[in-house]
Amino acid sequence: SHRAMGLLFSSRVAAVAALIVAIAHTCTSEVVAQNLELPKLPYDYDALEPAIDKETMQIHHLKHHQAYLNTINTALTALRSEESTKYLAKMGVDEVLKHLDEIPAALQAPVRNGGGGFVNHVLFWNSMCPNGTKVPDPSEPLGEALVAEFGSVMAFQDAFHDKAIKLFGSGWTWLSYDLTASKLLISTTPNQDTPAMAANLVPLLALDVWEHAYYLKYQNKRMDYVTAFWTVVNWEEVSRRYQEARGKAKQEL
Amino acid sequence: MLRQSLRSVRSVAKAHGARAMSSYTLPPLPYELGALEPVVNTEIMTLHHGKHHATYVANLNAAMEKYAEAEAKKDVAAMIALQGAIKFNGGGHVNHSIFWTNLCAPKDVVAPAEASPELAKMIDAQWGSLDAFKTEFNTKTAAVQGSGWGWLGYDKAAKKLAIATCANQDPLSTTGLTPLLGIDVWEHAYYLQYKNVRPEYLKQVWQVVNWKNVAERFKAASA
Repeated sequence: SHRAMGLLFSSRVAAVAALIVAIAHTCTSEVVAQNLELPKLPYDYDALEPAIDKETMQIHHLKHHQAYLNTINTALTALRSEESTKYLAKMGVDEVLKHLDEIPAALQAPVRNGGGGFVNHVLFWNSMCPNGTKVPDPSEPLGEALVAEFGSVMAFQDAFHDKAIKLFGSGWTWLSYDLTASKLLISTTPNQDTPAMAANLVPLLALDVWEHAYYLKYQNKRMDYVTAFWTVVNWEEVSRRYQEARGKAKQEL
Repeated sequence: MLRQSLRSVRSVAKAHGARAMSSYTLPPLPYELGALEPVVNTEIMTLHHGKHHATYVANLNAAMEKYAEAEAKKDVAAMIALQGAIKFNGGGHVNHSIFWTNLCAPKDVVAPAEASPELAKMIDAQWGSLDAFKTEFNTKTAAVQGSGWGWLGYDKAAKKLAIATCANQDPLSTTGLTPLLGIDVWEHAYYLQYKNVRPEYLKQVWQVVNWKNVAERFKAASA
């Protein structure tokens, strides 16, 4: 799990890194230098077996995640090409998803779907690790919050599971922290939408329930996939995000 | 056990003067599970028909049973709460029932012009050629975000054909068009064989499109 944390490569860091490279190489191809890159998985492709099979991880990361990246890169290039929309490209993907209404109509879909797809999958890979980690103890901050909100960690998992299997069509199930209400919540989003589109929500744990996330191994049996997901959840990372979000909330008070 | 509960609900419904409930059934495929090979493989057909479509039917029946109970009690809030499940599962049942008839074994496929000169003429008039029509259909259908369907529909008011896409299991009727040909692009429709390459599935699927069935639907819609 330390290795996983060390290899974390959030989209925000990617955007900043790309910007730095762009400033350093103003004479070279600006477009290439400013493109976001696909972060490597924090573990091997077979590391989440048997919960998630190697083939799914390979296609999911190298094809689906890459395709979302290509879409957002194209959209960012377009935003960068106009004076009036340059500021949107400079925000970074996480931030621009909170400003979808400012994006020109023709680019809204690629930013929402490509940008959302890009950040969601980064968070998803980082929400997992080989063999998972221990569920949070009620004595720890996240454990305490889960008990306070849902009654017990198991009750939280049951509620999350229920939402995940009942989601119709493509989408995601989330555990998020609400900065203004100072509480945890479970939610679902369609397609590549994210709770992070709202200013006050910080996603902590993500589960992809698009069919491509599980079909090769589980076929139509989504409930078996969701059950297996718990065996690879990186609770240390989820805890870290929770404490960071709570710290941020306190700062803004 | 399901039959018993259905019977008891029916008798309760009848006692309250409600109309009798019908139950929905999974239509059999008009061909063997392997008939669409190599375009759509046996494994996909087995799951798609026997699991996915079957689940829509089961869930539709369950939702309609609950709806009948709510209706009998005049519980409008409960009826409204069930509308999502009826749309999802009812839409899924309607769409897939059309879909199976829209497809046939590659050897049984005939060209649109042979199936219906009138339909072929209308395609040419509106898109320039059959190829141009397929290109637009595939481009629009490949672009569906997440789960959904691509459709060739008939606009009865305008007396024209139209290409449309729908999200999730929304039936084409929600757009005002009459369905002629639907292509399922939920990932379950192609993933085991084509993985992420939806455009390849769309390129290949035309080899199993049953234009005779499309022509029948067109004839009925344009009558």
